[in-house]
This record gives sequence, structure tokens and C-alpha cells, in this order.
Amino acid sequence: MNAELLSNLGLFVLALLVGFEVISKIPATLHTPMMSGANSIHGVILVGAVLIAGVVDTPAGYILTLIAAAFATMNVVGGYVVTDRMLGMFRSRPARDKGSDS
Amino acid sequence: MTTFEAIVGLLYLGSAITFVLGLHMMRAPSTARTGNLVSAVGMAVAVVATAAWVATSDRYHVTAWGWIALLVGAALGAAGGVWGAKGVHMTAMPQMVSLFNAVGGGAAAVVAYVEMMRIVGELEIGADLTVPVGLDVLIGAVTFSGSLIAASKLQGWVSGAPITFPGSRVASLGSAAVGLAGVVWLVADPSLWALIVVAIGGLGFGILLTLPIGGADMPVVVSLLNAFTGLAVAMAGFVVGNSILIIAGALVGASGSILTKLMADAMNRSIVAIMVGGFGTGDAAGAAEVGAGAEVRRADVDDVALLLAYAQKVIIVPGYGLAAAQAQREAGELSKALVAQGIDVLFAIHPVAGRMPGHMNVLLAEADVPYDQLREMDDVNPEFETCDLALVIGANDVTNPAARRNGNPISGMPILDVDKARQIVVIKRSLGHGYAGLDNELYANPKTGMLFADAKKGLSALIAALKEYAA
Repeated sequence: MNAELLSNLGLFVLALLVGFEVISKIPATLHTPMMSGANSIHGVILVGAVLIAGVVDTPAGYILTLIAAAFATMNVVGGYVVTDRMLGMFRSRPARDKGSDS
Repeated sequence: MTTFEAIVGLLYLGSAITFVLGLHMMRAPSTARTGNLVSAVGMAVAVVATAAWVATSDRYHVTAWGWIALLVGAALGAAGGVWGAKGVHMTAMPQMVSLFNAVGGGAAAVVAYVEMMRIVGELEIGADLTVPVGLDVLIGAVTFSGSLIAASKLQGWVSGAPITFPGSRVASLGSAAVGLAGVVWLVADPSLWALIVVAIGGLGFGILLTLPIGGADMPVVVSLLNAFTGLAVAMAGFVVGNSILIIAGALVGASGSILTKLMADAMNRSIVAIMVGGFGTGDAAGAAEVGAGAEVRRADVDDVALLLAYAQKVIIVPGYGLAAAQAQREAGELSKALVAQGIDVLFAIHPVAGRMPGHMNVLLAEADVPYDQLREMDDVNPEFETCDLALVIGANDVTNPAARRNGNPISGMPILDVDKARQIVVIKRSLGHGYAGLDNELYANPKTGMLFADAKKGLSALIAALKEYAA
């Protein structure tokens, strides 16, 4: 096992723990937007698509890069836009009647 | 490490912080939207920094065709993503998330495949590379095909009912075995053929895993596949040696797992039982058996409108039927009409109401229902005793008092105490069973009136009738 793998494993495990910790406290109300938000974060695979674009030099490689870039961008852009749209609906309205508040 | 590499590394660290911070800010509705924005900025920084690094570093050489492939792909993906995200109905959110899981998982698998294409036969390849490559392609392929099937089921392109055929369990286990055998082969003797076997096994397993699962359980599956996609992305990080992929992938893997567990807990089901499948039957649960249960009391629209007009406090219990009929706007209108007459209106939200946890809140927010009228289960349960009328719209198992007793499929499931209200009205298409396949004792309660109607039509009729009484 080399040093890079070891430090990567450390990152992986610690990020898992942070993920468990941060997410377990989110109220059920926001689970759908949160899931959508987490969903857009895995669009970070776009970074991976950029990296492979730097190593391909065959037609098959170019096609696969195109597919990876299209998939990843769809994930990341669509994910953030739809989450924003959803959360925009939660915005409190200024003209709201406070009467029913307990 | 060059200076530029160090800068990129630091920018990645910053991005990782924005991801955690963004998720953290999503804990409260007031900061959630900013949280999403923070996370998006971090994402943009990571992608731009990577592109700049790849363009200038000696380690990478992007050919003209490489740039074209990357930019054309990104443009297509961005156009598709924005088009989908802007156009999607809020009721179709689970499908959208599922589709993004599919493309995310697919991209992760492709990244590992391309990396393998580059290095195969070039130098000695160790298990420290082949294991993550194998797992990335396996998980990515499962997510890709599984999420597409899940989305098709939710969209109604594939039947929401559990689909099984003779030997389907064996076929499903067989495809998983093929995928795993491919990983072993890849580690023992790295080749692209081994990787293709992994991909085929994974794609097959994703399909066969999702087909037997019923529509009502599908959100749990979507959540699980979200976690899987995160793990595939983290594996891709190991493959290309990139820290931000590892961190962000692991974050999502953890969040998806927690969500999946929360959803399964709220339904009192184990994740394993859901995965084995063949239980949930989806939207059209049970045949229409109106009249079969002679002991239930029917209510007509005028009765219910009268009850509403003379109530002081009404609790609306929206469920899956409301989401399926896209009746959230009507529910919001009814609530507004009642509030205008000085009636207290609360919405009781069960954790799994709608199709995903929190989905009902999104739907009602879309229908302009003020956020402070929405109450979660534990807050609202004591309120039922003092409420004049509980109006149940398309919710079934989450209101069944049988859950308080032992010895039935929903025993122990947390429920809304609807039966404690003074009067109860249930708007439902039929006496059909919920997805647990159980009679709902609430319907036979002497306090309960059944209004047999589609949620949307029933509510529209109620609003119209209410206006007459109010006039």
C-alpha cells in the first residue's frame, strides 16, 4: 500500500463520517431538497470527465469523454437548478398572515 | 508538486468545505437556498480549477478533439440539465433525481473505463488501481441501469407493480455474481475484457434489482441509488487520484445511506425487505371495491362542505393519493378559503407522505401553502384531539390505527393520530388497500365519512360547495 492510497483512504473515511454527521440532523421537511442537493454534489464527477479529456487520443476515447462530460454536466447543472427551484418555493412570503401561527 | 498543483489542491479543499457547509445550511429552510448556492459556487471553482490545470500541466495533454469532446459534451449536458430542471413538475421530482443518479453513475463508470483504456498493458497494474476501477464500473453500471428503470417506473413507462418472472431471483443473483467475478478477473489479470464483463454484470443486476420492487417503495430505491452514485464517484476519485471526487462522493454516499434508512424506518420496513421486493404494488393499489365494505359511512360533497364551514380547527392530512392526482394546488386553495373564514388550518405531514421524505412539503410550498401551516408528525399529533375535522386526502397506511397493535404488517409504524379528531373525512378513490395490503380501520370508525373521489376533483367540488355556504 502506497502513501497516496493511504491518505486517500483517510479522506474517504473521514468524509463518510462528516456526511453521516451533517445529514442526520436535517429535518424531514427538507429531505427532498437535501437529497436533490446531495444529488447535484455527485455531479462533481465532471472533474473526472475533465481529467480524462487530458489523456484521451483515440476516437473511442473522444466519444467516451463526450458521453462522460454530457452525463456529468447534466447531473451537476440540472441538480443545482432544480434544487434552487424547489427551495425557492420555501421562501417565506412577506404578505403572509401570521394569525395561524401557534 | 508544482505551485499550480498546490493551488488546485487548496481550491479543492475550499470546494470540499463549501459542500459540507452547503449541506449544513440546508438544515433550516431560511438558509437552505443560500446553502445550495454556496455548494454550487464550490462546484464551479473545482471544475474551472481542474480545467485550467489540465490545460497547462505537463501530466495532461488535451488534443483539439479532446477539447471539442469535452465542450460539446458539457454544452449538451448543460442544455439537457437546465431544460429538465426548469420544466419538471414538482410531482415528478423523484424521477428527476433518479435520472441525475443514472447519468452521474454512468459518468463515473465511463471515467474509470477510459482510465483503464489508457493504462492497460502500459505498465504493471496493481490491485490498488484495479480494485477501485472494478468497483467504480460495477457500482456505476448498477446505478445507471437501476436508476433508469426506477425513473421509468415512477413515470409510468414501466409498470409500477413488482415485475417478476420464473427464475428472476436466480437471474438477479446470477448477474451480481457475473459482475463480482468480473472484478476478481480484473484484479487477477487486468484487461478491458474483464472490465466489460463487470459492466455487463452490473447493468443486468441494476435492471433485475429494480424491476421486482413496487412503485411505492421506489423512493427508497432512488435514495439508495443516490448513495451508490456517491460511492461510484468516490471510487472514480481513487482511480484518477483526485481528492475532491473522493470527498464529495463519500459525502453523498453517507447522506444517501442516512436518508434511505430514515425513509425505511418511517415505513417500518427494513431496507433488505424492500430490496427483496414484490411487496409494494404502486399507485393503483388494490382493486376498486367501493361498496364492498358495507360498514363504512359515505359522505357527499355537501356534507363535507358543511362540516368544514362550521369547524374552527381543521387538520388536512395529505398523502400519496394527493401527490399522484397532482391535487396540491386544490389543497392549497381549500386551505386559503378556510383561513379566509377564520378557520385554523394545519397540514399534518407524515415523514413519508408523498413519494419521498419531505416531498409533500415541496408540493404544498409550490401551491403557496405558508410554511408555518405545515406540521411534522410529532408536533401535530397532540393537535388532533382538539380539532373539529381531520380531512384525509389520499393517505392510507400512515393513518391506520392498526399500527398501534401487534401482529400485522404495519405494527409499530409511526402514524398520525387522525382517529382522535372529533370528525373525520377521507377523500379517496376507493376502499382499495394501501401498499401494506391491509384494511384501514380508520375507515370503519363511526366518526369517519368517506368521500369517494379523485383527490383533485373531490377538492375542486369541495371548494365550490364551500363558497356557496360561505356566501
